[in-house]
Formats: sequence, C-alpha cells, structure tokens
Amino acid sequence: MMMITNLQAPGKGEGYTSKSAFLISFRKRNLRSSKSLLRNCAFLPPAITVKFAMISTESDPPAETSSPGPRSPSGQPFVMISVTEPVKMGTGVQSYISYRVITKSNMTEFEGPEKIVIRRYSDFEWLHDKLAEKYKGIFIPPLPEKSAVEKFRFSAEFIEMRRQALDVFINRIASHPVLRKSEDLRTFLLEEEERMERIRSIEAGIFSKKSSDIFQMFKDVQSKVSDVVLGKEKPVEESDPEYEKLKNYIFELENHLAETQKQAFRLVKRHRDLGQSLADFGKAMKLLGACEGESLGKAFSDLGSKGEILSLKLQKEAHNLLMNFEEPLKDYVRAVQSIKATMADRANAFRQHCELAETTKLKEINLDKLMLMHSERAREAEIDFKESKADSEEATKRFEAIVKTMNEELARFQEQKTADLGLAFHEFAKGQAKLAHDIADAWRGVLPKLEAL
Amino acid sequence: MMGPEEDSMETLTLATSVATTTAASDYHSAISASQEIPGDPLLSAPVPPTFSLSPSSSFVDPPSYSDVVFTPFNPSNGAVSSSPSSSTSNYLRITVSDPVQESETVSTSLVPGSGSGGYFTYLITSRAKDGTDSRIRRRFRDFVTLADRLAESHRGLFVPVRPDKGVVEGQVMKSADFIEQRRIALERYLRRLAAHPVIGKSDELRVFLQAEGRLPLPTTTDVASRMLDGAVRLPRQLSGADVTGPEEVVQPAKGGRDLLRIFKELKQTVTNEWVGSRPAVVEEDREFLDRKDKMQDLELQLTTSSEHAETLVKAQQDIGETMGELGLAFIKLTKFETEEATFESQRTRAAEMKKVATAAVKASRLYRELNAQTVKHLDTLHEHLGIMLSVHTAFSDRSSALLTVQTLMSDLSSLNSRVEKLEAASSKIFGGDRARLRRVEELKETIRVTENAKCCAVKEYERIKDNNRSELERLDRQRHDDLLSMLKGFVISQVGYYEKIGSVWETVADEMHVYSREVEISEQ
Repeated sequence: MMMITNLQAPGKGEGYTSKSAFLISFRKRNLRSSKSLLRNCAFLPPAITVKFAMISTESDPPAETSSPGPRSPSGQPFVMISVTEPVKMGTGVQSYISYRVITKSNMTEFEGPEKIVIRRYSDFEWLHDKLAEKYKGIFIPPLPEKSAVEKFRFSAEFIEMRRQALDVFINRIASHPVLRKSEDLRTFLLEEEERMERIRSIEAGIFSKKSSDIFQMFKDVQSKVSDVVLGKEKPVEESDPEYEKLKNYIFELENHLAETQKQAFRLVKRHRDLGQSLADFGKAMKLLGACEGESLGKAFSDLGSKGEILSLKLQKEAHNLLMNFEEPLKDYVRAVQSIKATMADRANAFRQHCELAETTKLKEINLDKLMLMHSERAREAEIDFKESKADSEEATKRFEAIVKTMNEELARFQEQKTADLGLAFHEFAKGQAKLAHDIADAWRGVLPKLEAL
Repeated sequence: MMGPEEDSMETLTLATSVATTTAASDYHSAISASQEIPGDPLLSAPVPPTFSLSPSSSFVDPPSYSDVVFTPFNPSNGAVSSSPSSSTSNYLRITVSDPVQESETVSTSLVPGSGSGGYFTYLITSRAKDGTDSRIRRRFRDFVTLADRLAESHRGLFVPVRPDKGVVEGQVMKSADFIEQRRIALERYLRRLAAHPVIGKSDELRVFLQAEGRLPLPTTTDVASRMLDGAVRLPRQLSGADVTGPEEVVQPAKGGRDLLRIFKELKQTVTNEWVGSRPAVVEEDREFLDRKDKMQDLELQLTTSSEHAETLVKAQQDIGETMGELGLAFIKLTKFETEEATFESQRTRAAEMKKVATAAVKASRLYRELNAQTVKHLDTLHEHLGIMLSVHTAFSDRSSALLTVQTLMSDLSSLNSRVEKLEAASSKIFGGDRARLRRVEELKETIRVTENAKCCAVKEYERIKDNNRSELERLDRQRHDDLLSMLKGFVISQVGYYEKIGSVWETVADEMHVYSREVEISEQ
C-alpha cells in the first residue's frame, strides 16, 4: 500500500536529526494505527457505519499481531460508535435535535456489548471543551459549526450534515490513542440522560469555556500590563524557526483550504442549477414538439423526458457532492482551526514558562542578596524561591509536554488528512464519472429516433 | 483516450486543438462524417470556438445569443451561407467586414463621431452564382432603404427582419463593441435575404450588393416631406378631385401622404368591428385562420424554449467555470503543500490532489467546448423566433390589403347610391337638371376609376394570399428540417462531450481507488 511504504524508516546510512528519528520510530510503532486510520475516515452515506478497530497502544510490540479486523471482534478489543436517528425535540425557540448514540464494544470500560444514550449537540460541545481543557497539545477533533440561526430552519440536509459530522467527531476521539482513555468520553457515552444534563449545566455554570476564557483574558491582560511595565513591548514568543515555519504553514493552509471549500460549495450549487435548467428546458421542448408533426413531435417529447430524468440525477449528485466532498473539505478547515487553538495553548504555556522562569531567577537573586546580608527574611525568601522554582519547573514541563504531543499529533494529522482527502477525491471522481456516463447514456437513447426521421 | 496531455494547467486557454477533441469516441466520428452533408453547418465538427470578443469577456460574461459570436465560417475562407437551403441560394458568399468611420462632407458638428458627421461604412463582398464578384461599401442607412423597398415589393412574403437601429444601445455600449455587434447582425441579415427563394433573386438585393457608389434605390421619404406632401394633397382629396388611383392601392396607406385614405380605411375598420356589419368581402379561408392560430401557439412555445435554452447555456457555462476554479484552487494548494512538505504523507496528498486538479481543469475545458456547440445548435430556436416577426408582417400585409378592398367596395356602393339619388331627383324635373346631370357624369367617372382601383386591390389581395400560403408551406418544411438538425446536433454533442468528461473522471477514480474504505454495512 502506497502509504505504508512511505513510512519505512530511511536506511541507517542517512543521517537524520534526533527529532525525525523520533518521528520515524513513532510511525513504525503506529504502522497498524495508520492502516486503521484509513478505515477511520467516516464520511458516510447515512445508513452505513464503519467499525472502528481499537488502536494498539504505543507499548505494544510492532506489527506482528494480526491487524484488528472489524470482522472479528471476538478476539480483539474494539469499540464502535454510531450517531443516528436525529429527532426534533421541543417546540419553537427551545427546540433542538437529539441523536441516538450507540456504543458497541467488548470492553468492560464501555459497559458492553451495547449501550444506547440520547445526546444533543450541547453534550458533544461539552465533551469537546472538556477534552480541550485537559489535553493540551492534542488536536481535538473539530465539531460542526454551532450556527444559531440555521438551527431554526432545521433543513433535512443541515441535520444530515451535522449528524455525519458528529459521528466522525466521536469516532475520531474513540480512535485517538490518548483521548479514548478519557473519563469524559466514558461519561458522554454511558451516563444517563438526566445526569448528563446536570453535568453539562453545572459545568456550563462554573467551568464553562466562557468562564475560562475570562480568566484567560485576565491573565493575558495581566501579562500584557506587566510586560509594558517591565519595558517589554512584544509578548514573549518562541523563537524556534521550525515552529515559526509550522505556524506560517498552518495559517496559509487555512486560506488555501477555505478557497477550495468555497469552490466545492459553489460547484454543488451549479449542479443544482444545471438540473433545474434541464428540467425547464425539457418541459419547453415537449410543448414545442406538440406544435410540430407526429414524428418530430415524438422526438421532442422523448428529449424532454430525458431532460427531466437527468435533472433528478443532477440533484442527486449535488447532494452526494455536498456530503462526500464539500463536507470533508469543510472538516479539513475545522481541523486546521483546531490546530490553531492548540498553538494558542502552546503560546500560553510558553509564556507561563518564560514568566515563571524569569520570576524564579529574580527571586534567586533576591535570595542571594538577602543571604549575603544575613537577613531574617532570608528564610522566607528561600521558601518563596523554592516554591517559585517548583512552579517554574512544572510550567516548563507542561510546555515541553505540549511540544512533544504536538509533534506526534502533527504526524498523525498529516496522515489522517491524506487518507481523508484521498477518500473524498475518490468519491468525487466516482460521482462525476457516473454522472457524466448517465448523461451520455440518456441522450444517446434519443438518437435512434432522431436518426430514423 | 484523451490524446496528448496538456501540461499547462496554470492557464485555462479556450482554444484546444481539434486533434485532442476528436478522439476515438463513436459520436465524434459521427460528427466528422456528417460534415459531408452539403450546406448543413449545424452538424459540422467541433470547430475551435474562436470567440470574436476578447477572451476575458467570454470568460466572465454569460454567452447570451447576441454576445456569443459563433461564426463557424471565417470571412477569409469563403464559406456557405448559414442556411440549409444555401445550395439553392443565388449567392455563394456574402461577407460584411471592415467597418470604417467616415465623415459627412458637410460636417455640422464640431465633435467628431456625433451628430450627422461620422457614420460607419461596411465593406460588403459577395459572389453571385453566375460568378459575379463585387466589393462595395454601404452604410447602415442603405440597409434601412433596402429593407423598406423589399418590404414594399414583397408583400405577403416572410421578409427577414433587418437589424435594429439601436439608437439607445449605440449610446450605451462602447462603440467598438456596438459596431462589431452591428457588423455581425448585418452579415446575418444579408445572408438570410440571399437564402430566401424569392428575395434572393430580387433586383433590390442584387443592386444593393453589386451597384458601385451610391445605392440606386429610392430612399424612404423622410417623415417631414411626407407630412408636407400629405398636407398638400388633403384638400384635393376632400373635394373629391383626387382619387385613390389603381397604382396607389397596391401599397398600404402611408402615414403622411394618404391621410384621406387612412381615414376611410379606419372608418371601414370601425364599421367592420364595432358596428358589426359584415363587409362585402371577408377573410374566408378557414385553412388560413387555422394556420394563423397554430403560428401563434408556435410563437409562444418558441419564446419559452428560447428562454430556457439561454438558461441552460448559462448553467452549463457556470458549471464549467466553477469546475475550472476548483481545479485552480487545488493546484495552488498542491504547490503549497509540495513546497512546505515536512511529512511524506503531505507529498503523497499533494500528488493525489494534483491528479484531481488536472482532471477538474480538463473537465472544465470540455464543458466550455460543449457549451459553444450547444449555443450554436440551440440558436435555431432564436432564429425561428425571429422569423415570427416576418410572419406577423406578412399577415398584416394581408389584412391591410383586405381592408383596402373593403374600403373601396363600400366607397363604390356609396358612390352608386349617390348616383341613384341624383338621377332620381333630376328625373323629377322636366327637361332634366343640367347641374345635377353634370354631377352624375362626374360621379360616374369617379366610379369607373374606383372600379379599376378595386380590381387592382382585389388582385393584390389575392397575390398576397398566395404568397402567404406558399411561404407558410416553405416555412413549415424549413422549420422541420432546422429543428431536426438542432436536436441531432444538440444530442450528439452532449453525448460526445459527456463521454469524454466521464472517462477523465473514471481515470482519476481508479487511481484513487486505494483510498476507498472497506465498508461493512452494519445491521443496526
């Protein structure tokens, strides 16, 4: 398989930095995971779900065990989640859509073999936010847009797109080596509906994203003020050139992707318009044929009918394009935005690490001074200094953890995106090929009658 | 199947070589085979669409029929005129080209190009069936003259309608575009005239195409002198001294000149329609009335079809455009990923993306070519809709001729009754009434003239009726042939191009097949 061969480590003769050595060995260990990743692409027609194999942990020995086949759940631990049956609940302004989340598993953590709960969008949002809070450095799978306005219109297409996106979301979490172990995930999948609602509203009150945003804003203002006071004008930023490159890459990538997604969306509309125009044209041709003689009139009528048939095919293809080509591109954009969020986390962590290191240094200097002067305040200062040092070390650890995680995540992200896009391209090309052939066939059917005239 | 690959994906060029498009597809061989049909340009092979407008405008603006200059025939290579009956046309080739601005010798304005100075002349070249070649220059006013003379001498025929004067358009559009549009329209007009079995052989057309120097046709008297002329004649007409003579009845009553006649015919119309008294001669031809109804229905359907055809063309153009833009966006993304790649998966992805982008650009080009063909074929609808205008004119020729006959007949009957009254009155006087008898003689003279006029009017009316009939038959045949060609051409090009588009995408789908999931449909 093309992808796997690319993952072979370069020969020993080639020199490479320790970073890339790490990445490559990581890839080797996750050979199986990348295969499974291909199966994890979940842009699906509604009634079909994909079984997600449980990805082996990093501690497993590489690649000898049989790949976790979806067809043989018995031997291997697996978990399979599907988001189904969107149902409108409530009335008027307070209405919302509820989904049936079915977890099938043979693992005890997931209360197997099957567990069904009802969840709504806000529950998914809760899960997303909890994970973002606790797992800094990981690119949390993105949620579909919140859209307060379209919600009221609740078109069938919108609901279907959202359901699909939520299905992808939850399965990505379940197949992420780290995230799948999260307790919040288990809460989400298993808790009773009333408890879930209580948890969600409590969290919304105290630890909501909005609140943490406010805290963060205070901290930002604090640090900005202290920066200015201390004479620093720019906020502290990493100076790693490779990371700089990465940041630029991510920002530019988002722009390019947004453009392709825009064109894809426009293409969907064009299909619909062409379909409509063919239907109208077909009708007009039928009427025109009625003015002409017998035989020619029949040909017109045949042509007109074909036009109407093709109109339906075009509408169908438009829908297919939307679900299986445009949605994946939109998802790509969201994923990039999730990376940006992680980058913001990293920047914060870096700033904290720098500040605390700075503070600690100052305290150390102060301590030395006091000790030289044999001051009574030396003891206090020493305690203070030790605390500060501990904090600083922790902040540094946190920062370094994020850096490490990010690098792993990046490799994973690129692979997953290649697989996702590959699938989307396949669907796109397949759809277009079928449409074109259908159109050619339909028109071809009219020819014999015409040739006979 | 696609022929030589074209690597320059960066620039979407319109003109693709014919070689790449005439691939081994069944229908393309059908298209090239059909080129053998004489004089049937509608089925000719996909000629590289050489849009006469600048490429930027044809990219962005939707091709409404008037914008898209589909000239399947290059003026430089003498081609056949664009009508199926061209093999019987009197002229093998007519072209209108080389618009040149000239100024009046007496310039009345200081600003060049405005007022009566600065009109355009067009070079008209033609080759008649007898081999006569000619190259002369004419201005738009000459075309108006030609149109008017033809309308007068070919009443009842479906005379092709000349291009509009477009006074408003001339001000609004940029002059280069306007002149170009007009040039094209004039060329089509002359070709249509030449294709008409009667008009193509007419003296007026021959003189227009071949006479050097000033156009030797009487110009339409401008309104001012007509009004003056009419004002002069009116008193004499009222006093009865001036009568509508036979030579005049062959023309409908004209605005300024025949005021009295117009009043009379108007009165007749009122009598016919409001008073309801049945005139002596009426439209009796049932067949004609049926046909007229059918024409109305046809016109309605042609209008709707023509509108929807334009919408279809626009939709086809849009989808091609967006496909191209999608391809370009992906190409940019490909370049970007390739340049910035730090992971192998990125390079792989970039390579896959490039395949899709290339296919999208190819498909976009094919859509554009298909659309050029579609425009050409569906133009038949527009063309026949235009012919309806000529049909209206021909029908109104008929009704105005009929009105003239009716008016003359009621004139006659009133004259006769006056004579009767006078004779009766004078017979009562002993020895006769010389004044009255003289009056009777005058009236009888008037009656004689009017009788002659009536005979001519009736002859004219019959002639026009014949023209109507033969033209309707001719038009039905022509329309049948044209619509059949249209359908064939449309369908063939659709099949051909969509087959190609399908094979482009199939190739890509196969290459991407590795990414398709192994899916298991789970029973829930």
